[in-house]
Amino acid sequence: MNNPALNLLDKALGLEQQSEAWPLSRRVLVIQDCVETSGSFVLHQLMKRALSSNSSNVIIFVAFSNSFSHYDRILRKLGCNLVTQRDNKRFFFFDMLMLQCTGEKIQNVVLVVGISFFFSDGDEAKTGKGGLILLYEKIRKTICALPKDKKNYVTVMIDDMSLMEVAANGASDYVLDFLHYCHTLTSEFDCSLVLLNHEDIYSSMERPMFILQMEYLADILIKTEPLATGLAADVHGQLTILNKGISDSLESSRNKIHNFHFKVKENGVDYFYPGSRA
Amino acid sequence: MAATKPRSSSFSRNLSAVPSSQTPGVKCGLNGTMFVSSGIPDLDKILGGGFPLGSLVMVMEDAEAPHHMLLLRNFMSQGLVHNQPLFYASPAKDPRAFLGTLPSPSTSKDEKPRGSVPEQEKGLRIAWQYKKYMPENQPNFDSQSNNKQVYCNDFDLRKPLERHYHSAQRVDCVSIQDSTNFIALKDRCATFLAQFPRNDANSSCTGRIAIQSFCALQCEHSNMEWDMLSFIKSMKGMIRSSNAVAVITFPPSLLSLSSSKRWQHLADTLLSVGAIPDEDKELAKLLAGYQDMVGFLNIHKVARINTQVPVILDATTFSIKLHKRRFLVLECINQAPVDGSSGSSYGTSSSCSSGSSKTGTLDF
Repeated sequence: MNNPALNLLDKALGLEQQSEAWPLSRRVLVIQDCVETSGSFVLHQLMKRALSSNSSNVIIFVAFSNSFSHYDRILRKLGCNLVTQRDNKRFFFFDMLMLQCTGEKIQNVVLVVGISFFFSDGDEAKTGKGGLILLYEKIRKTICALPKDKKNYVTVMIDDMSLMEVAANGASDYVLDFLHYCHTLTSEFDCSLVLLNHEDIYSSMERPMFILQMEYLADILIKTEPLATGLAADVHGQLTILNKGISDSLESSRNKIHNFHFKVKENGVDYFYPGSRA
Repeated sequence: MAATKPRSSSFSRNLSAVPSSQTPGVKCGLNGTMFVSSGIPDLDKILGGGFPLGSLVMVMEDAEAPHHMLLLRNFMSQGLVHNQPLFYASPAKDPRAFLGTLPSPSTSKDEKPRGSVPEQEKGLRIAWQYKKYMPENQPNFDSQSNNKQVYCNDFDLRKPLERHYHSAQRVDCVSIQDSTNFIALKDRCATFLAQFPRNDANSSCTGRIAIQSFCALQCEHSNMEWDMLSFIKSMKGMIRSSNAVAVITFPPSLLSLSSSKRWQHLADTLLSVGAIPDEDKELAKLLAGYQDMVGFLNIHKVARINTQVPVILDATTFSIKLHKRRFLVLECINQAPVDGSSGSSYGTSSSCSSGSSKTGTLDF
């Protein structure tokens, strides 16, 4: 039971279960961070976990904030080669750095690394809707094209949602529509959805519809915050994980809050309870 | 893109990146990044080498003081001294006039800021036991200091940059005074950045983009916020795939709170500057060397490209000082020694007893 390879984060996410199915399938994970403490390392951990050799997961990664080489270098240091995984059709990278859903005549270049699709769209694209619909179709097509044994083990990751809002020129409703479409994938293909967003953007809003909707959709909510006492070299921040655990209603202990500190390193992340490190 | 090439081993050395370290003004850093200098030696040291190529640096302005111009001027000058093409956009009517105010690198050795000289001595003193290795290192040292183009110059703020540095073909100046859409600006940036494609074989050419007070004039139109955001986003996307660094300064007080947070998230390196109130007596008592300070520099975020590890600095607030009224230096803020005679209760008691009285308030 006590697998030393599992850290506190894995346990809080329920990855310790010895089951056939990927424990996160049909789940929506929302990671919320702030300017002081980035939460992107959680994404990297999940990527590594999903692409590890003893699982057969497929990742569809929608990147708004960084290029492929950035993730490739990070994951290499974690012991996972994204280039190989991409060649094995287990990792699909959608480079959305330049996606912009506005303008007179929109031309969206969607780069599935290696192959580039180029399409221009007239009417729909004007509204900021077109680009996202195309993106959704892209994701769906990619899942449908997978072989049967892999189709039900897909993880869709989006880094990050606030930039998707910018790409849609502030049309949050379209982004929410997109999210709901993606949410249907979790029931249709048992896929899991991992979304990163920045909490502090919305903290000054009166009615932060967007982040509330995301929190509502989330089965597992992960928050990274700096320590109240400021930055420290040994502790980079604290994680709060709320596991709503809808699918696991048998165990009452499921629905609980985990809270611990972390320190990010090149080859992994240390998780520990406050005060448990000398 | 470098990573699209399939590699057989995870630990293959990127040979093509090595020769580029010889190009002046560019330094190899950790994680396969390359740095260009910010033009302020102390800031380079604090940031661990400078601004990484392909990163977006944002400086949050103080609404009442032009300290961000100090950073911007040194950044631009350093690029021109290194012969790097420059793109400059400002809300002024005639942005080219600003080039006349750029500082010039100091030439004579004795005018160097005091910080650098004792530090070299300290380094030598520590390394005395490695003296047998010194002959190897010494010529290297000399060649570096004799080399006409050092990585980071000390800029004399009182001496204007010689004219031949900003000849027209290398500097692109744009006024953003009355531009209400950013498509034109974006296109100009794109054509500028097209000169520096990111490929490992030829990274000898690097560019710099400096945009001053980006939202200052457009902010009145609240509907422009998303346009500005998407400009910055596409700027970041473009800069990621090119050998260039962009520095954008903006007054956050003019933005809505959530917009300002979005901007901060978009930045790779985030700095802010602040003015020092004149003759703030309480602050003067608190900080050592208050008289020499010009302002404060805060470092909120250090770029982490190709890595997930955050950079934790010893201090995030530095004082900006002018050494000999010429050179910009950054110093850690030191608390002034408590003046024993001024305090009434603490001054009379010894340090020991004052310590014990302090612990009394923290009774567990």
